[in-house]
Amino acid sequence: MTAGFVHHGGQVGTSSGPAVVLLHGAGMDHTVWRGLTRYLAHHGHRVFAPDLPGHGRSAGPPLASIEEMAAWVLHLLDDAGVTQSTVIGHSMGALIALRMGAAGVADRLVAICSGTRIEVHRELQRAADERDRKAVELILSWSFGPWGRLGGLSDPGTSALIECRRVLQNGLHVLGSDLRACHTYLGGTDDAAAIPAPSLVVSGSEDRMVRPALAADLAGILIDARFELVPGGGHMLMVQQPERVRDLVDRMLSSRQLSGSQVLSSQADA
Amino acid sequence: MVEPDLPGFETLAVHAGVRPDPATGAPTIPVYYSAGFVFEDTDHAASLFNLERPGHIYTRISNPTVAAFEERVAALEDGVGAVATASGQAALVLAITTLMNAGSHIVSSAALYGGTANLFRNTLPRFGITTTFVPPDQPEAFHRAITPKTRLLFGETIGNPVMDVLDIEAVAAIGHEQGVPLLVDNTLASPYLCRPFEFGADLVLHSATKFISGHGTVIGGVLVDSGRFDWSSSGRFPNLTEPYVPYNGVVFVDEFGPAAFIARARAEGLRDFGACMSPETAFFLILGLESLASRMDRHVTNARRVVDYLIQAPEVAWVRYPELADHPQHDTACRQFSRGAGSVMAFAVKGGREAGRRLIESTQLVLHVANLGDARSLIIHPASTTHQQLDAAGLAAAGIDEGLVRLSVGLEDPADVIADLSRALRLSQKA
Repeated sequence: MTAGFVHHGGQVGTSSGPAVVLLHGAGMDHTVWRGLTRYLAHHGHRVFAPDLPGHGRSAGPPLASIEEMAAWVLHLLDDAGVTQSTVIGHSMGALIALRMGAAGVADRLVAICSGTRIEVHRELQRAADERDRKAVELILSWSFGPWGRLGGLSDPGTSALIECRRVLQNGLHVLGSDLRACHTYLGGTDDAAAIPAPSLVVSGSEDRMVRPALAADLAGILIDARFELVPGGGHMLMVQQPERVRDLVDRMLSSRQLSGSQVLSSQADA
Repeated sequence: MVEPDLPGFETLAVHAGVRPDPATGAPTIPVYYSAGFVFEDTDHAASLFNLERPGHIYTRISNPTVAAFEERVAALEDGVGAVATASGQAALVLAITTLMNAGSHIVSSAALYGGTANLFRNTLPRFGITTTFVPPDQPEAFHRAITPKTRLLFGETIGNPVMDVLDIEAVAAIGHEQGVPLLVDNTLASPYLCRPFEFGADLVLHSATKFISGHGTVIGGVLVDSGRFDWSSSGRFPNLTEPYVPYNGVVFVDEFGPAAFIARARAEGLRDFGACMSPETAFFLILGLESLASRMDRHVTNARRVVDYLIQAPEVAWVRYPELADHPQHDTACRQFSRGAGSVMAFAVKGGREAGRRLIESTQLVLHVANLGDARSLIIHPASTTHQQLDAAGLAAAGIDEGLVRLSVGLEDPADVIADLSRALRLSQKA
């Protein structure tokens, strides 16, 4: 059931440090985490960045619900002997992370660009169901703010937007299924309210896929959460501003316990 | 009905890769004259050197001004990333060394810039890399030439100087059937007139010296990765799919996904071969890109005027320009170049090589220069200059008639260019 590709950040089987699981969003794959995986793996963490079934280099049909996706990831961790892990999820991956958190697996949780619900625009769902590339262009349009779509903040010489375009085009065959799984998942609020682990919710001020207010709501429901709004950031925050996200995750991983819900706003990337 | 609202080509040409500087308010990027960049601490330094984090280490590998140019070209070509190089030839060598090892094989169009032909015919074989040349207008010839050692198909969007047009869609499809990528030299078209990735090409390079610069001021090149080629499934590219010892066993396809090729090109190619672009050159090229669309429209308009004149000039034996109905790949050109077929053309004057020599020595406004894509109109005789190192067989394979003249029409008033050519053509016929 758990056969699939898992990227370990270049440290296959050699790390015995604390586990970190990174869960990609709808229609995407593990490569969206390249600003984190190799860094974490070479800084003492045991990294698991799977391609969900049907995504990236994992074969098979896509899983139809957030519950099934969470169960798949839990099996994967079980097979690896991991009982507790930091769980980091982006968008749909964050919904999976909430499910895992509610199951008691997460000792820390990071939700990037997600709320307790992710409602999908009808036109986006239609285009994705028809495997129309318009779906990709709509997601990109709603994921990169006015400056983000012009670039200038990611890896030298690379285009964050076009990298996301390519990943989403490669995943277009599963995008419709993923988006439906997001739209129909209604358990996020209950999941969040049951998660005792220290949590971080990160949102970009220019995210039009999941508005920052929804991410802030999620932070408010989580028992022990911090909310971080990245000015200028969009929905593909970890691709668009990899250093900012790495810094936030790094601080989260080195922290012991947060003191209740609080809202912070980063000015660093204004 | 909702529609995507991403920026268009002209907007990207002006803005992509550069944000207003928050410290100074400057909307344009400065020339970052700095060889190295300060690390936050030793861990930051180690992480950068181990490809764990993005950032600048040393200008041979990356530089903020150069990175802005690279990102802008990537945006214009719809590529995931680009690496700027010291010249167009350096971009080609970078692509080859990233993909190949001794024993590898290239299938290339025979219609090539002379420097590329020389690299493939004479220089690369010394390093164990061989090339089979095929006619650019016969996609099936590419198919027949592919062997288990083939790592690349190569062609020029518009062949220099004979103006053959590569059927990118057909050749790319042939390559993909057998797990071989297509690299296209898009210099003569520029990304404004043709985006090879839209037709299935996997990699693109430019001599940025030409239309991207537009002013004949600097030498530079750029290599762009579409991010579409499936290196893992191909089975031909261990350089990208197997652990690379010098970076602690990084597997580029695992770590960088669609950016695997361009990541290795930078991390290994610029580190080891070092043919990087200077930040000052990148600055000039960024300025060039900002006016690329406007310039190309005018280049095409002017070229059409000059072609119209040449095809009726009594001293001219023939004219080769992809927009002409008698061009052998006219249909392909119409499909690939919806905005025009550029401003470079080939023609021959009656009276052969000697008359061609007299023509070139008689022009005044049109300058005798070994360059193209300049604001100035430039003319040259390839058989005695850019393609001099090809023997008769090589010239024949490249389709270069000894009397062929290459003309790159600039941004002057086309009436003045025509007047200069008209006078020189008359003189060319006076033995």
